[in-house]
This record gives sequence, C-alpha cells and structure tokens, in this order.
Amino acid sequence: MARTVWDSTVGKKTVMAVSGLIMLLYLVAHMIGNLKIYFGAGEFNHYAHWLRTVGEPFMHYEWTLWLIRVVLVVAVVAHAVSAYQLSRRDIKARPSKYVHRRPRATYATRTMRWGGIILGLFIVWHILDLTTGTVHSGGFQEGHPYQNVVDTFSTWYGNVIYIVAMLALGLHIRHGFWSAAQTLGVGTRTRDRALKTIANALALLLTAGFIAVPVGVMTGVVS
Amino acid sequence: MKLTLRVWRQKNADAEGAMSTYEVDGISPDMSFLEMLDTLNEELTLRGEEPVAFDHDCREGICGACSLVINGDAHGPERTTTCQLHMRSFKDGDTIDVEPWRASAFPVIKDLVVDRSAFDRIIQAGGYITAPTGSAPEAHATPVPKADADFAFEHAECIGCGACVAACPNGAAMLFTSAKINHLNVLPQGAPERETRVLDMVAQMDEEGFGGCTLTGECATACPKGIPLVSITSMNKEWLRATRKAGRR
Repeated sequence: MARTVWDSTVGKKTVMAVSGLIMLLYLVAHMIGNLKIYFGAGEFNHYAHWLRTVGEPFMHYEWTLWLIRVVLVVAVVAHAVSAYQLSRRDIKARPSKYVHRRPRATYATRTMRWGGIILGLFIVWHILDLTTGTVHSGGFQEGHPYQNVVDTFSTWYGNVIYIVAMLALGLHIRHGFWSAAQTLGVGTRTRDRALKTIANALALLLTAGFIAVPVGVMTGVVS
Repeated sequence: MKLTLRVWRQKNADAEGAMSTYEVDGISPDMSFLEMLDTLNEELTLRGEEPVAFDHDCREGICGACSLVINGDAHGPERTTTCQLHMRSFKDGDTIDVEPWRASAFPVIKDLVVDRSAFDRIIQAGGYITAPTGSAPEAHATPVPKADADFAFEHAECIGCGACVAACPNGAAMLFTSAKINHLNVLPQGAPERETRVLDMVAQMDEEGFGGCTLTGECATACPKGIPLVSITSMNKEWLRATRKAGRR
C-alpha cells in the first residue's frame, strides 16, 4: 500500500496534505506559546522550560520535545520531497508555454512553490537563530528564550526575515489548507465555502499571531 | 469583420513550430470560430499555400474533437467548445492568437492538431462497466437514486476534449479522469469495478506523463461542459478508499 501511495501523484499529494496538516497543528500550538512573551520573561521562560518536562515522570526530561522534533522533521522532509518530485513532474508535463499569456490562478496558488522554498530556508535560519544560537545576534543564552527573542527582533534583518516568512506562511496556508481538504476527499460543494473561510481564518490568525512577537519588540512592549 | 490571426504552424511532430500571421476579411459575426478558420483555409488553398490543420467533427459542441487555445484560453473566451464559439465574441480589427493544446502527453501532430490518444488509454484502463451482451435491459431493473443519477449525468457530460489539460499549468488530466471515474463509480452498474477502476485509471493517467493537481481551478473554468472542480475531490476520495481496501486484502 505504501508503494501505491508513493508512486501515485494522488498518493504523493496525500502525503503532502497529511504532513502539511501535522505542521499546521504544530504551528497553532507554537503561536499560542509565543504569545506568552507578552506576559513577561518569567512566564515565557517558565513555559519554555515546561516544554522540556512535559510528560514527566512517564517521559524523561526532553523526551516529549524530541518526539515532537522527530515527527516535525519527518513531516517537513516528506512535504518537501513530495513537493519537489510533484513539481518536477508538473513542469515536465507542460514543457512549452502558450505564446498568448494571461494571469492565471490566485496569488496564493501561484506562490506555493516559491513560498515553500522561502519557508524551508526560514526554518533552517530560525533553528540556527533561536534553538542552537549559531547565527544569533548578540550573546545567545541557553535557557533564556525571552532575552534571545528580544535580541533577534532588535536587529533589522531579524525582523525582515521573520515578517517576510510569516507573510509567506499565511499565503501558503490559505491555499494549502483548502487544497489538503480536497486531496483528502473531504471537500464537497456545500462545504467549500466553510473550508475556504477556515483556511483564510487560519492563515490570518497564524500570520498575525506570529508577527505580534516582533511587533511587540519593535514597539517596546516586549523588552 | 477584418481580423489578424496569429496561428501556430508546425509541419509535423518533429518539426519546429512558430506563430504565423494572417489577415482575414469579410468575416460575419454569425460565423463560428471554425467557419472563420475555414474561410482562412479557402484563401490559403487558392493562394497555393498549405491550409491550417485543426481538429473538428460534429460542430455541435458534443463530440469533443475541436481543440484550440484562443487568446490563451482553451476553447476561447466563452464557456463552450470552439465550434460553438461565434465571431461576435470578437471585435472588428482584433488580433487573435490561436495555439494548440499544450501538454507533453498531447504531442502536436501538425499545426493545431494534437494527439489525444492518451485519453483513450486512460479509458481503456477502467472507463467501462462489465455488462452482459444482448438486448437492452429493462429500464427499471436496476434502481438508481435520483441524486446519484444526477451526479453520474453531470460527470457523463464530459466529452473528452482535453481543455482541462490545456488550461492546467501542470498539464494534468485530473478533471477528465475524475469525470470518467465519478460517472461510473456512483452507479450500481459500475460497482463491481469501483476500486480497480479508480486505481487503474489514475495509474494510467500518471503513466501517460500528465502532471499532478495543484488545485488552481483552471480546468473547471475552461471546461465547456461545466465539470466542477470538486469532481477531483470526489476522485481523490474514491482513490483513498480503494487504496485502503486494497491494503487490507
């Protein structure tokens, strides 16, 4: 069965839909967690520490966190590899363009591939910046995420990279969530409007929720 | 009406093609697009030039033979087939671009004619039902709920013209394949092959080199028969159901 799924264009789209929904679910939790920055360093740092102790005593220190990380890496890789293979196939299926061109599809639809690449690069930067601290501006302090976040958004490039990526995320979810519903066969004529509304609401909510953090630092509410 | 046509000319499958410009005069707004091309071809023949090759048959919008991308739109600006598109949709003095369907699974044979036999092979893979031969069965022998009959008929309207493939930025045949699958899968007559049909037809569609679906909706916009985009969703649902069933066996 796994072979049938992976060998088929419809199956690969299913892989994309499921992995996309896993990442979406994570992003909702991530955004809610981020917003705790508005309640001060104490609460934010406490929350960050709690992430490492979730599930104790059943789970050892950081086990749950690593489990989530593994699931996310699998989801990201599956999503990206399917996207790459499907895109290669799509481009090959339509080698010559029409001489008479006209704008096609919506902006969100047309930017799925580039948006995806931007998001992939952003994830790498984001981890190097705020998880490992490799590219962090100023002194990265393990266990002091509040200060690290403030440092990142105190640089112009930190803000630019983050905000551009979050706008790309919104566009990606706008078309991606609705598409996933179609791929998984849950879309119907009567549900179409509701699905599009949910997709737009999720896109708006996540983009606004994530951008709220750099805005907080820039306006001085978070410092 | 006086028009400037820019038409894709290509000697054969292996030759390089290019857009050629022609002027046509004395076009009536009541002419169909194909009659306008007939007028051009008559002139070309009289001048001793090779006429423009294009597919056509019934000229009633029901056979699916005509296939032109007019000003970037499959079947032109109206939601109908090229044969049912009339010149009143254009203005005197317009320049009109006429191109063949573009997809690697639909190679150009000559000028505006493409090879659509990939569609035939998708149908051969499962677009049929197992029915006993002999005289037609009694109409009431197999009851079909009204909603299912309507659903089947909506998809049965597909004439296999390939406008969906031509309009799709990925050259995907999802709308065609889904129309054919949904038409038969919802009916009791199509039930015995319900799973194999969707699995085999989708596999053949991939085999032919069509692209995948990115839900741009271009296909459903171009379809002269109004096959809805949600048809693809129904096919995906059938495919997932069949895959799960096959996995259990």
